[in-house]
Amino acid sequence: MVHWTAEEKQLIASVWSKVNVEECGAEALARLLIVYPWTQRFFDAFGNLSSPTAIIGNPKVRAHGKKVLTSFGEAVKNLENLKTTYSKLSELHCEKLHVDPENFRLLGDILIIVLAAHFTKDFTPACQATWQKLVGVVAHALAYKYR
Amino acid sequence: MVLSAADKTNVKSIFSKIGSHADEYGAETLDRMFTAYPQTKTYFPHFDLHHGSAQIKAHGKKVVNALIEAVNHIDDISGALSKLSDLHAQKLRVDPVNFKLLGHCFLVVVAIHHPSVLTPEAHASLDKFLCAVGAVLTAKYR
Repeated sequence: MVHWTAEEKQLIASVWSKVNVEECGAEALARLLIVYPWTQRFFDAFGNLSSPTAIIGNPKVRAHGKKVLTSFGEAVKNLENLKTTYSKLSELHCEKLHVDPENFRLLGDILIIVLAAHFTKDFTPACQATWQKLVGVVAHALAYKYR
Repeated sequence: MVLSAADKTNVKSIFSKIGSHADEYGAETLDRMFTAYPQTKTYFPHFDLHHGSAQIKAHGKKVVNALIEAVNHIDDISGALSKLSDLHAQKLRVDPVNFKLLGHCFLVVVAIHHPSVLTPEAHASLDKFLCAVGAVLTAKYR
């Protein structure tokens, strides 16, 4: 089980309370597909991903980004219990979606960069370190049921 | 991976905008890397790694100046960083995984100080460039 200090919980909650889940989720997913274009392999059904402009404007990308980050919100609410929280999602990503868990790590790092651009100086080194830990444990929990 | 003409233009443009703050950004990159990835401190047992240490400032400046050198010779990064590549292979032997961590922290620093410069396309180009630098520095490892 992951241990979170009071300070870490504070840093997570205070950042999350100011996140616009729809905007931030859309941006994070768009950047994932732009910066690491091989991640587009999972999204054949999304239509036009032919350029950064197309990806950013793609309504399916936006919607899915919102969905993904909303789900991330569940992690924030269940920090003590991530493996259980993501148990079904983990199975889904393995058995149905066939997503290499490395992609969770890539998305986590992209999310950090989006948060950094949004919060600028408020995204202190301690804040970044806490969030790196969070995205790491979320990625781990999502990979946990893989077999 | 190969840097396209657009990547090179994007990277040069980013560095021209951060130019005067480069030294500070180098120090901040290291500081963030040591904080977020404490295992990276194992390469610096001889350093004072407290926030704001003179050694972090000096080393950060060195690191960023090497990146600037690579940008200035972006058509031949392996030529420009050849001596550094030898150093990392023969003396420093920093595990290759750490270049990704450093690169990521540099991206975070650019995002913090110049969010409007780090458009998705620029982000992609800079990420590629940092990977290319890491690849050059580890090219002679074995």
